[in-house]
Amino acid sequence: MKEYALILVSTVLVNNFVLVKFLGLCPFMGVSRKLETATGMALATTFVLTLSSICSYLADTYLLAPLGIEYLRTITFILIIAGVVQFTEMFIRKTSPLLYQVLGIFLPLITTNCAVLGVALLNVQKTEYGFVESALFGFGASVGFSLVLILFAAMRERINAADVPTPFKGTSIALITAGLMSMAFMGFAGLIKG
Amino acid sequence: MMEMTAPGSITRIMLHVLYALIPGIIAYVIFFGWGVVINIIIAVITALTVEVVMLLLRKRPIKPYIMDGSAVVTAVLLALALPNLAPWWLIFIGVSFAIIVGKHLYGGLGYNPFNPAMIGYALLLISFPLEMTIWLQPDNTLSFAQSLNYALFSTLNNIDIDAMTMATTLDTVKTQSGLGQSFAAIQASAPAVFGQFAGKGWEWINLAFLLGGLWLLYRRVISWQIPVAFIGSIFIMSLLFYPFTETSPIYHLFGGATMLCAFFIATDPVTASTTPTGRLIYAAGIGVFAYIIRMWGGYPDGIAFGVLLMNMAAPTIDYYTRPKAFGEST
Repeated sequence: MKEYALILVSTVLVNNFVLVKFLGLCPFMGVSRKLETATGMALATTFVLTLSSICSYLADTYLLAPLGIEYLRTITFILIIAGVVQFTEMFIRKTSPLLYQVLGIFLPLITTNCAVLGVALLNVQKTEYGFVESALFGFGASVGFSLVLILFAAMRERINAADVPTPFKGTSIALITAGLMSMAFMGFAGLIKG
Repeated sequence: MMEMTAPGSITRIMLHVLYALIPGIIAYVIFFGWGVVINIIIAVITALTVEVVMLLLRKRPIKPYIMDGSAVVTAVLLALALPNLAPWWLIFIGVSFAIIVGKHLYGGLGYNPFNPAMIGYALLLISFPLEMTIWLQPDNTLSFAQSLNYALFSTLNNIDIDAMTMATTLDTVKTQSGLGQSFAAIQASAPAVFGQFAGKGWEWINLAFLLGGLWLLYRRVISWQIPVAFIGSIFIMSLLFYPFTETSPIYHLFGGATMLCAFFIATDPVTASTTPTGRLIYAAGIGVFAYIIRMWGGYPDGIAFGVLLMNMAAPTIDYYTRPKAFGEST
């Protein structure tokens, strides 16, 4: 039980994929203009990330490893992620046409979210991880992603109203803010040994 | 919100904050010598210079913005958080970063999402961990001239720096308990860092800041929610983990920068949450993060990171705690 909690704390805060590992920056910058879209994107990514890390773990353990073809990992995982994203897209289109419209181009873009592939690849590198650990790793990573995405979106809505000097308007000040957020997250360094 | 009030009232608030810091600064000088005063002087000079340069670059009127005193308050708060044996460039980098990136790139006072002083502090702690952990021991005999000499030239002619510096109380306890020592054993082995009920010197500095803070509350410069929620959450966290960490709530409340944060740092009206419920959540969150990082994190104290983390969360907290407009549905 304790190790499960440690995996969650580690992936959500200490090794946050966006602010500490700098993965998944494109949706972090691209979908954080409005709080509503950010929340939608966060939910969609959480779903995709958790499911794809489970699927990729299963594929790695029961398909690639027994056949000794681990060198096909990257391409296999890309295929799995594309499939899961397509499934999510169809699901959201059916259940929430509004969210589907709001997310627009960003939904298929989850496929190219490097955090999704990054989580799957980092996951299978940790040989001590079993099924539950892998699922938690993916889930924790996506919760960490969602958390900072939503906080960032709310901050950007406020910054948009600010009297920012012209050269720093828009993406520049957003990137500076992301950097300062990353600095705040460095406070978690050392919380979990190893 | 601050930016909605007249400029004169900002000056009044900032002056009150500076007055309220005086008892703490005096206690600091009594226990640790003149280093902190030199820090404050260098920091204020840097802050005013950088502020003027930034206002010129942004083509804003200089006098009203300088006179609001916010740059001075940022500088003094950062100077109080820095080690009392800091070289001038450390203060210069920290204050410049705080004023330029922490404040002016966001459009100046009233728009900055992060507490500028804590941005400067976190930058220094991450970039210069060695310089940021050299603290003079309490009751040292360093004169004003010697401290100034160190600040300017990073040398103490013929005096061994190692003999005059030591880890702070929080740092000592963290390092030793990390090696498996019990709190009682640490107290016995390093009596020099412990005072009557908390860290030596620190307990009185914290009491003095508490005094200044209570005066600010009495003058209604700050609202009660933030200090109460912050001190409450530190108290509850330390009580909850007392059996495991062996460090008492008193040790935590009067150790490190607890009181300075409770009344002077967390209460910054621009970067805190603006709704009453939001303020309670905001300050309690700082307490929780500060305690966790202080006890188990890689840095000696967690106040700065706690403040920055909750600064990040403040807009979201506001969004979910704002009172509903009349007639608005859920």
